[in-house]
Amino acid sequence: MDFSFMSEYWGFFVKGAELTVLLSIFTVILGGIGGMLLSLMKLSRIWVLKAIATAYIEFFRGTPLLVQLFIVYFGLPQLGLSFNEFTAGVVTLSINSAAYIAEIFRAGIQGVDKGQTEAARSLGLSHRQTMRKIILPQAFRNILPALGNEFIVVIKESSIVSVIGTRELMYNADTVRSNTFQPFEPLIVAALIYFILTFALSKLLGVLERRLQARD
Amino acid sequence: MIKVTDLHKSFQQLEVLRGIDAEIKQGEVVVVIGPSGSGKSTFLRCLNLLEVPTSGDIVFEGTSLMDKSTDINKLRQKMGMVFQQFHLFPHLTVRENITLAPTLVKNMSKEEANRTAEDLLRAVGLADKADVYPTRLSGGQKQRIAIARALAMSPDVMLFDEPTSALDPEMVGEVLEVMKRLAKQGMTMVVVTHEMGFAREVGDRILFMDGGKIVEEGKPAELFGNPRHPRTKDFLSKVL
Ligand SMILES: Nc1ncnc2c1ncn2[C@@H]1O[C@H](COP(=O)(O)OP(=O)(O)OP(=O)(O)O)[C@@H](O)[C@H]1O
Ligand SMILES: [Mg+2]
Repeated sequence: MDFSFMSEYWGFFVKGAELTVLLSIFTVILGGIGGMLLSLMKLSRIWVLKAIATAYIEFFRGTPLLVQLFIVYFGLPQLGLSFNEFTAGVVTLSINSAAYIAEIFRAGIQGVDKGQTEAARSLGLSHRQTMRKIILPQAFRNILPALGNEFIVVIKESSIVSVIGTRELMYNADTVRSNTFQPFEPLIVAALIYFILTFALSKLLGVLERRLQARD
Repeated sequence: MIKVTDLHKSFQQLEVLRGIDAEIKQGEVVVVIGPSGSGKSTFLRCLNLLEVPTSGDIVFEGTSLMDKSTDINKLRQKMGMVFQQFHLFPHLTVRENITLAPTLVKNMSKEEANRTAEDLLRAVGLADKADVYPTRLSGGQKQRIAIARALAMSPDVMLFDEPTSALDPEMVGEVLEVMKRLAKQGMTMVVVTHEMGFAREVGDRILFMDGGKIVEEGKPAELFGNPRHPRTKDFLSKVL
């Protein structure tokens, strides 16, 4: 194994890792907001909202991420909606992740004891106030592990946007591979960086969870 | 204050309430007793629309709950409810549990809500627990906080659904004590309970329910001392 290319190319990996992290953060935030809205729609009593949310969730969980990516990047410009490589990546990963996060939120919301809703409503809180002040904060705590796990999944799956030319970690590692004619080592470095990212994140989430639990 | 007419409630096929007529007057303590599954909780939960009646009418302070234009959130502010399982909000401190509803739905200022909370905590003997999270409390303490939380909205009536049934025996007394004091202060109360001592001592009127109906009602002395209906006799002979 020869890692001497690193002295020349280390900047590629740093830049790539930065973009990977940025992609993932945007995705988790946007996907989180989308997922929360979808879960509220799915649990709503208004059947149109419910139907839209259900269709969305089923569709995006039931089709490959790569196909979704190509539709966003190559397909949507046909309809006059074009994105640069980074934005297309964020958009695709977010709409995909929202479908998964919606199910995480739904389980979290349904996991909150029904008595909590009854207690809040009996005090005169509206449905909306009950959601915001009582149910969602508790649901959020319940789902933090699952949400953290989704973050980790997103970091790994974000590598797929390299195929449309988003210069994140995978894309840059591949560039180094072809520049150096070394098929092996640059990818090992990339794998290692992905691992460090996900491992550090899972440790961090572990600490956060313990903090929250320590409160009760 | 509350007038119930021909109240029916079914869950799918199961008819749980089969025509209830009842009236609760200002300042009255009405105790509901009866065997398990007779519909006591369902009846109580219909009073603040946690269960939606299938038919019949409930009029609270002149407003029909069955009227589609009634703002149920508004009415619930005037009806406190205490549950068997307490249902304190675990992510909020005791103080926040108590001040949440007044500040959120009554737009009470934080300062005023905090003052009210402190007064109420003192009244239930838990002034030192304001900044504690509910998991740190015993069952009896939780239930006293739950009562304080409901009282913080200054309701006109308090509904209790077996408030002591989930408690260890040694904690039943402290909760009943708080309820007794509340009754003395003139609070209108509807209490579902198996505590016959409390019913006899504090109740102005006892409703005996069986099979989704009020089978017999009367003053505690009458109903306990001289039950007329065979099913009341049968029930009382089992629980007394
Ligand atoms: N949400 C519900 N869905 C279906 N059935 C229900 C529901 N709530 C209550 N029931 C049924 O209605 C009947 C009456 O229940 P309810 O809780 O009112 O009785 P209760 O008199 O309070 O009994 P207990 O003393 O055990 O609390 C029971 O057979 C119960 O199984
Ligand atoms: Mg009951």
